[in-house]
Amino acid sequence: MLGYIVKRTLLLLPTLFGVSVGIFLMVRLLPGDIIDILLGGDITASEEVKQEAREQLGLTGSYPEQYWNWISGAVRGDFGDSLRNAEPVSTILRDSLPITLELVFLALLIAVVVGVPLGVISAARRDSARDYASRLGGLIGVSVPNFWLATLLLLFTSKVFGWVPPLTYISPRDDLLGNLSQFILPALSISVFTLAIVMRMVRATMLEVLGQDYVRTARAKGVARRRVVYRHALRNALIPVVTVVGFEVGVLMSGAAIVEIIFGLPGVGNQLLQAIFNRDYPMIQATTLLIAIIFIGFNLIVDVLYGFLDPRISAET
Amino acid sequence: MNPGRNRRRPVLAAEGVGEVGAWSGVPQRRRRGFLGKWRNPIGLVGAGIVGFNVLVALLGPFLWKHDPDEQEFDRLLPPSWANPFGTDELGRDTLARIIHGAQVSLQVGAISVGIALVVGTLIGLLAGFYKGIVDAVLMRLVDVMFALPGLVLAIVIAGLLGPNRRNAMIAIGIVITPAFARVVRGAVLEVMGYPFIESARALGASSFRVMGRHLLPNIGAPLLVLVTTYLGTAILSEAALSFLGLGTQPPEASWGGMLNSSRLYIDLDAWLSIFPGLAIMFVVLGFNFLGDGLRDILDPRLGPTVGDVPLKK
Repeated sequence: MLGYIVKRTLLLLPTLFGVSVGIFLMVRLLPGDIIDILLGGDITASEEVKQEAREQLGLTGSYPEQYWNWISGAVRGDFGDSLRNAEPVSTILRDSLPITLELVFLALLIAVVVGVPLGVISAARRDSARDYASRLGGLIGVSVPNFWLATLLLLFTSKVFGWVPPLTYISPRDDLLGNLSQFILPALSISVFTLAIVMRMVRATMLEVLGQDYVRTARAKGVARRRVVYRHALRNALIPVVTVVGFEVGVLMSGAAIVEIIFGLPGVGNQLLQAIFNRDYPMIQATTLLIAIIFIGFNLIVDVLYGFLDPRISAET
Repeated sequence: MNPGRNRRRPVLAAEGVGEVGAWSGVPQRRRRGFLGKWRNPIGLVGAGIVGFNVLVALLGPFLWKHDPDEQEFDRLLPPSWANPFGTDELGRDTLARIIHGAQVSLQVGAISVGIALVVGTLIGLLAGFYKGIVDAVLMRLVDVMFALPGLVLAIVIAGLLGPNRRNAMIAIGIVITPAFARVVRGAVLEVMGYPFIESARALGASSFRVMGRHLLPNIGAPLLVLVTTYLGTAILSEAALSFLGLGTQPPEASWGGMLNSSRLYIDLDAWLSIFPGLAIMFVVLGFNFLGDGLRDILDPRLGPTVGDVPLKK
């Protein structure tokens, strides 16, 4: 098992390297001279001013040199300073990361807690009204734009309850309930897509497992239907679902980027957008890399979990 | 993937409809009434929604003759006979703007999925055909692109290229390309295993001919499903980018942009926030229904994961 974990981790290193090179090149190769844009089309800016700005941004020297400077700093947790307020990028990210992670975690929780039972019911009562309702709901769920859902939820709570979530960020350490009341709506709005995916996936795998011989055997020897569904079938049906969840973390982080703006939460997605509008290149590079690392990390956890749940996989490698 | 589904309609699995191996030349004519195998309720509803949307985009401006940019009415009017969807904060007719948004969304869908279809198919075809080092290099590239959540990558690319619709379409196209490459490669690898490829090569067919005449036509089914599903994804992504101010720029009407500007007036006029969102959901739902139906009909083995790999999704 340990060998399997080590192997999966090592396999990720080339991907991580590729992603960092990709981000590095993306910022440099896309059209438009960064310096010209930063100096706001100031044609009078002298060559010295430009050169100084380049040095400050780590844009001098050959690409391998620049990359090495950036990545060796990044490994030490030094991403340079934000161009907007000269604050270290690492400080900004350290403050905003927990917000995004909390959002993603809550949304994932909602999606799994609601989606798995719905999928089970749908499969166990196949072709019933409930099955069709949840399948239809599933298709609607993957079609609703999360930013619209967020707007609707806000509209709903403000018209019906006269309540809107607090607009300034509340840390869970200061006020856990206040923090949760602030996170529930954004988490709900990004969880719907994932919930629908989880539900559809559970339904599909459950149908497959319920058709297996051992399920029939269990029924034949007199095990109650309920017990067969929840103890025998669900356990095996959940294994493929775990992979989907790993993938969905990426979808949720994309969603978080948008709803953080709507709800005014200073998370990583919010920082990324501000950085893009401000052409804050050190920030853009660092935030994108961080998001990739989180996504890759989650998928590593999923891989390991998968090997743990299905010993055939970890034994193979 | 889903034996239950096959059991219910054994005819699909038995005759190998849409399977890559369905080249045997055995006539597949079978009388099955209206529409034959294309009779799939979800798929038909989807086709109806998509068709309706295309009609709205094409004919809408001729049937509803208000200018989407003209500030010709009072501001923030609720729905009425004169303005079925109300008017916005500048007194523009919301229905006319929704119709224009339909054109925008179809354009974005067609172009960005077109980019992904051409580039992704090419990558997948080369990787699956040449295997070995070509495959390894191309697929590592695809892996790297999958390591960033789709919309995040689209935000960065569109943001760095500069916020406008053309760049948003390019960004979305780039982001969904790896999904096409991966599926095409898988399908190509499967077809490569069939004896008719070996026969073609033995008869002296060039690589180019094998790819164009023998591989491409046989991966049409998964490609069609993929295109349909990703049209929905692309439209949803453009709406998201426009909502963030990185896509279609105001004053031009787009559904995402309309939702964004409506946020300021949410207390005054909730209608403004409702119609553009409904329009997005309706169209994306249509494509998802259609994709689901096509998947059922053409390729039961693809399994039920709509919208997965979303952009990455």
